[in-house]
Amino acid sequence: MQTLLLAVTLLLLTSLAFRAGRKRAFAMADGAPRNLHSLPGYYGSWVALWSGLPAFAILIAWLMLEPSLVRTLVISDLPAAMQELPTEKIDVLINEVRNAAQGHATANPDLAIAADHYIRLRQIGFAAMTAVSVAMALAGAAFAYRRIEPQLRARPRVEATVNIFLVASSTVAIFTTVGIVLSLLFEAMRFFNMVGFIDFLFGLNWSPQMATRSDQVGSSGAFGMVPLFTGTMLITLISMVVALPLGLFSAIYMSEYAQPRIRAIAKPALEILAGIPTVVFGFFAVITVAPLIHSAGEVFGLAVASESAMAAGIVMGITLIPLISSLSDDVITAVPHSLREGAYGLGATKSETIKQVVLPAALPGIVGGVLLAVSRAIGETMIVVMAAGLSAKLTFNPLEAVTTVTVQIVTLLVGDTEFDSPKTLAAFALGLMLFAITLGLNVVALHIVQKYREKYD
Amino acid sequence: MTEMAQTDTAVRSMDAVAARLKSRYAAERRFRALGLGAILLSVAFLAILLGSIVQKGWTGFIQTQVAVAVTFDPQVIDPDGSRDPLALDTADYATLVRNGMAARLAPDADRNARRDLTGMVSTMATEQLRRMVVANPDIIGTTATVWVLASDKIDMVVKGQVPRQLGAAGNALNDRQLGWVAQLEQSGQVRTTFNTTFFTAGDSRAPEQAGIWGAVVGSFFSLAITLLVSFPLGVATAVYLEEFAPHNRWTDLIEVNINNLAAVPSVVFGLLGLAVFLNVFHLPRSSPLAGGLVLALICLPTIIIAGRAALKAVPPSIRQAAAGLGASPLQIVAHHVLPLAMPGMLTGTILGMARALGETAPLLMIGMVAFIVDIPKSPVDPSAVLPVQIYLWAGSPERAFVEKTSAAIMVLLLFLVSMNMVAIVLRKKFERRW
Repeated sequence: MQTLLLAVTLLLLTSLAFRAGRKRAFAMADGAPRNLHSLPGYYGSWVALWSGLPAFAILIAWLMLEPSLVRTLVISDLPAAMQELPTEKIDVLINEVRNAAQGHATANPDLAIAADHYIRLRQIGFAAMTAVSVAMALAGAAFAYRRIEPQLRARPRVEATVNIFLVASSTVAIFTTVGIVLSLLFEAMRFFNMVGFIDFLFGLNWSPQMATRSDQVGSSGAFGMVPLFTGTMLITLISMVVALPLGLFSAIYMSEYAQPRIRAIAKPALEILAGIPTVVFGFFAVITVAPLIHSAGEVFGLAVASESAMAAGIVMGITLIPLISSLSDDVITAVPHSLREGAYGLGATKSETIKQVVLPAALPGIVGGVLLAVSRAIGETMIVVMAAGLSAKLTFNPLEAVTTVTVQIVTLLVGDTEFDSPKTLAAFALGLMLFAITLGLNVVALHIVQKYREKYD
Repeated sequence: MTEMAQTDTAVRSMDAVAARLKSRYAAERRFRALGLGAILLSVAFLAILLGSIVQKGWTGFIQTQVAVAVTFDPQVIDPDGSRDPLALDTADYATLVRNGMAARLAPDADRNARRDLTGMVSTMATEQLRRMVVANPDIIGTTATVWVLASDKIDMVVKGQVPRQLGAAGNALNDRQLGWVAQLEQSGQVRTTFNTTFFTAGDSRAPEQAGIWGAVVGSFFSLAITLLVSFPLGVATAVYLEEFAPHNRWTDLIEVNINNLAAVPSVVFGLLGLAVFLNVFHLPRSSPLAGGLVLALICLPTIIIAGRAALKAVPPSIRQAAAGLGASPLQIVAHHVLPLAMPGMLTGTILGMARALGETAPLLMIGMVAFIVDIPKSPVDPSAVLPVQIYLWAGSPERAFVEKTSAAIMVLLLFLVSMNMVAIVLRKKFERRW
């Protein structure tokens, strides 16, 4: 709240700087703005930039540094016995100090003292930061204000700053990718130092519960990803069995047969289907589809697990219908009309034209769309977290419970996470695999679309 | 002779064609029916999904209340007669509720019966009485009929969400309690009203006290952060790539990157948020700040791609006219191109926001699954968001959470629909064909 107030103050100062700079530029122009190099507003913007940028840079730097700085200072002030504790214990203590500082009483007198210290440090820090950033804003404004003169090339300078901002923004996407790859690689490397890469990739056993004591039974800590991989593939396969025919046939019907009236209903319906969050589908799978499949299985005398791969797969297939349908619709509409007319001229019926002319021409695009859908299915999380099971069974029976890569990532990371146990780090190794597979599928899909696209012009 | 044979084969082949034509037309009809069937099936799935949610969830907007004649017995809440506010604040109001229930339903209740009685009303009732007494200590010693919140088990039976038979699936009441419910209903001491608790409370372990307001506020904070971060960055990137960037390897790399990021599973972004925002920058766990930043990265590609499409749609003649009047490249974009492209960019941004609102998996990674009762006051407080709240309730064993989950889903879908409506209106209103 305080910080927000300070930010608003700084913004106010910046806007004042803008007005002052503009006014001074007008004054310098002696009533004839054409004497100025740039429009007066640019002088204002220039002063505002000098005022705002350094001040906000300091503010942001402080906000990022403050927690660790205060933490170090608080720890150095704790009794020596507490400082000796391992890092996790200190984390707990610091949390308690923070809670105490927020008014929750603490039983430990040392921590109460530390909490006072913490509050004082934060107050001092905030006061100092306020003083420095406001001083910077004023100093920057004054510096720029005094340098305003008619010959000052204000516009190029402001534009150069804006340009830097534009270029910097466009690199955020790169940094995101680099961040993903590095964070996954870094943690996965630590994991592979504890568990062999080959064991991970080809191991047939997945039970990530580690033995915390040496005499504990039943916690082998096996990290073989094959069962997860087959589970993912099984659910993906089921979902594609549902989504591919439904999506493809809807696309064909909508682009080739449907009257505008049907199109006007069906297209928004599919868009709504595409816009529903997956957590809703997950709930639907658990509460409606899974019991349905279970009772259907009972009718046929089949044993269906309550969290069967079938339920998760079917519902995931429903979520993928709009994706396949819209991508296929695009490529089918893109097939030129002359091809269809040629086929009609030879006496083909509409369906024969579609089957023998339109679909082969649209095939690369459709395959690309299907690959994108597969990659989406592999990375889909909420439906499987809610509707598929946790037991890593190596099975291809769709009526049994299986688990997937994404389910395991979520399960391993939700709850207490310690960043030195292979259990937590395994999630990052799985994430790396997931990232690599989906990236590979996307690249292949784009490649197919581009390479095998028929050109008719 | 040969003529005869020729006509003969001609007739025969005509017959064959006619026969084949019949099967070809049949195939045509089959194909067409398949297409129509696929569409109908897809629409049916949607209808079943929405129907089952509404059917399970509409009762979530209703709550059951029970009338209790409460005697504000000074013996119980203020034994020494001091009216000391602190003593009143910590007094035993649960006994008042139980005595009130017992007086009406089972005056000579033994220990077990009294426990069953307590199970009929929500623990909120205690809180309600406390507030009444603290606000107005003069009511001590009087008797008043107070409508208190029923417990979730009663709620389910009264609203007909679970069958009334003893031992039916989901019915956790025993025969004594069922009898009391019937008794209360006959004497008109049960009513159902609009469930304000659901819209004003935070999460709770007790279904009848659980609400979505905490999650709505958390979602609002997260989306505000997402918008603040991703909109300027997305627009700036789109402008740079579309208007200024030279075509070289670096910009190609950026473009490929953005397209790939759009297809990265969201759970991987959650891993990034965990490893970078939480472990490196030490942002507070389960806070909308961290969640909003992760969501910003997720919808950044959407905004960039939509923004570039909008910029592309502005005809070059606008740029040329501005350049002809002496505008600098940045002035051309800022004064002319960007305002014309803005509706398209805003549409893309709203759609990106709608996706971010429904995103769940990456937020699980950064600890937003914690059980949080308090309504968050700022973006650094721990909080839940709507989809995560749905996930949490969906995993709760109490039968009453099913309707709460469905009701929360309806609220979430309402938000999504209205966001999409705004986007459509925006597109319709400002779309220009050049």
